[in-house]
Amino acid sequence: MKGNFIDNLPKVYGIYTGGFIGFIIIMAIAEQMGMSAKAIGIAFVAFTVFIYALIGWLSRTAQADAYYVAGRQVPTVFNGMATAADWMSGASFVAMAGGIYFKGYGYMALLVGWTGGYVLVASLLAPYLRKFGCYTVPDFIGTRYGGNLARFSAVVVLTVASFTYVTAQINATGTIASVALDIPFQYAVYVGLISILLCSMLGGMRGVTWTQVAQYIVLIIAYLLPVFWISNKMGAGFFPHFMLADEVARIGELEQQFGFVKNAAADLKTVPKGLAGITKAHSAVNATPWAFISLALAMMMGTASLPHVMMRYFTTPSVKAARKSVGWSLFFIFLLYSSAPMLATLSKLSLIDPNLSTGIIGKTFAEVEAIDWYQNWNQANLMFISDFNGNGTLELNEFFMGGKAVVLATPEIAGLPYVISGLVAAGGMAAAMSTADGLILAIANAISHDVYYKIIDPKAETAKRLLVARVLLVIIGFAGATIAAMEIQGILGSVIWAFDFAMSGLFFPLVLGVWWKRANRQGAIAGMLGGLAAGTWYLVWVRTGGSGFLGITQLTFGIFGSAVSLIAMVVVSLMTAEPDKATQKMVDDVRVPSGKSILGKSH
Amino acid sequence: MSNQQKHWEKTRGLLFITLAIWFVFSIGIFLFGAEMNEVTGPFGYPWTYWFTCQGSLGAFVILIFWFANRQEKIDEEFGFSEREDE
Repeated sequence: MKGNFIDNLPKVYGIYTGGFIGFIIIMAIAEQMGMSAKAIGIAFVAFTVFIYALIGWLSRTAQADAYYVAGRQVPTVFNGMATAADWMSGASFVAMAGGIYFKGYGYMALLVGWTGGYVLVASLLAPYLRKFGCYTVPDFIGTRYGGNLARFSAVVVLTVASFTYVTAQINATGTIASVALDIPFQYAVYVGLISILLCSMLGGMRGVTWTQVAQYIVLIIAYLLPVFWISNKMGAGFFPHFMLADEVARIGELEQQFGFVKNAAADLKTVPKGLAGITKAHSAVNATPWAFISLALAMMMGTASLPHVMMRYFTTPSVKAARKSVGWSLFFIFLLYSSAPMLATLSKLSLIDPNLSTGIIGKTFAEVEAIDWYQNWNQANLMFISDFNGNGTLELNEFFMGGKAVVLATPEIAGLPYVISGLVAAGGMAAAMSTADGLILAIANAISHDVYYKIIDPKAETAKRLLVARVLLVIIGFAGATIAAMEIQGILGSVIWAFDFAMSGLFFPLVLGVWWKRANRQGAIAGMLGGLAAGTWYLVWVRTGGSGFLGITQLTFGIFGSAVSLIAMVVVSLMTAEPDKATQKMVDDVRVPSGKSILGKSH
Repeated sequence: MSNQQKHWEKTRGLLFITLAIWFVFSIGIFLFGAEMNEVTGPFGYPWTYWFTCQGSLGAFVILIFWFANRQEKIDEEFGFSEREDE
């Protein structure tokens, strides 16, 4: 039956996709027949979350192998989809197009960084860690370098990075659930959390894998459909990716014509918090090479160190499949990321071009205030206009918008039916849930497998190990939700920090574990703890008014952390004895795909 | 030199080529971002802008598949590819 399921995957997900499209069509018809916008939003989110929970229940398991690595039988392409969903978070889905809209070129370093990192994953790490046969990332560190301290240090870095990330994701599920279901954020966070746990608790990695594939399908339809629809509706081109050059050039022209007028500080104080105006060029290079490259580099190295991504490649049937699967992951990510700048372009042009019927710049304030969608989004605190110069017409510098509005409001501005907005909410929910699932599982697995089973109670039976893993999953989830409910930090900032933490502590210990035989336990421990400490120190220093150096900001502190990590690791390794023969032999075995994995099938 | 050492040498060679190409598309281009953006590139977009939106991203996808195929060839050449039943 199990083999059957794997063979039938294309059919199963084909039917699922068809069913989802059918659901969209039914909702579209219901909208025509007078179903309210609110009911459509609730139907979309409730229906999709119910399906994920069903998949999670069907994937329940009592085997360690299935719980930790989905039985190592996930086919290449499906693992690619699951990784893409795991990877693309609420931030990618909701905030990325907004960031590009406001900050242009300088922000697009994130696009390059969040894709280029996969080249490092494919060439430096994924196939070798798959050959190793580990369940978790600290499992690799603990076995390659030996000793509980090395294993424990890896768990610490993993937990710091993943926990920073997961609060942001639970926050995002809460935001979407609160808007779609119309309940207060403090409760919505827990609704989001319960949805997340339904996917992962019973089936572990197996449940997460099959729900993530389902979530990818929802989120990619929800992202691409509006982009293509808007582009066609505006007459900008049938296939926006190849056809928006005129629109990009037109925005440049309008920027010239309007100019970027700087607002007085007193005027800006009246703008609601979180909203911004267009102050940077859309397609011109507006950042120094180092500002762009350092951010891209930090995100790339962070990608290759984040455990929730790496552990997806432990689920493939072979080393060969792991490599190919990285390619498929990036392909599926590419579909969304290459569309984000297109959405930003369409959104901006439809708002600022006076020649378009949707354009609001140059209209009188009375006209703009009478528009339905302006009233809605102004009430939702995502749009704001103010007549600073008192001339009665709206200027470019007098229009303010929240970053989320680019994804959430553009369909409505372009005049698409509300069913699309419901679809977008379901897509955002899928994106945030799938990432949160992967992260919570990464933390819970590391603590249950590496700390509880490997360090505290190596004789524990499978049933007990899996019980501990599930209890931890719930505890970590609730801890994350509690912190998310406090709303301490923004979504995007904390996501970027997570990358920096991960690269500070894990990048070099992981890479050198495969590529440098001489690397030993002492060096790895120094690298992990030294890197994490240095990175954290730099972040705190810059946050508390420190000036920083070499242009490294609080968003790229991982560059400093990982440099310290590298130096500490090399110096300490060379000062202490080289690893024993058995370890060196182990590294040799990791480097060839054939032969038995280092760790047994069930360990 | 043993079979395994030769295999590793070739693997390392492939890594350096892969990282060199990666470097060009992730870092090299953006060293000259301002200059290159003056030129009209594919589909009529400015060059640097196109690379940040699509070009580099697509290049990474192709690069990974190319790398995976080359590495498979190397593994086969030295008899280190996995058997189906493993």
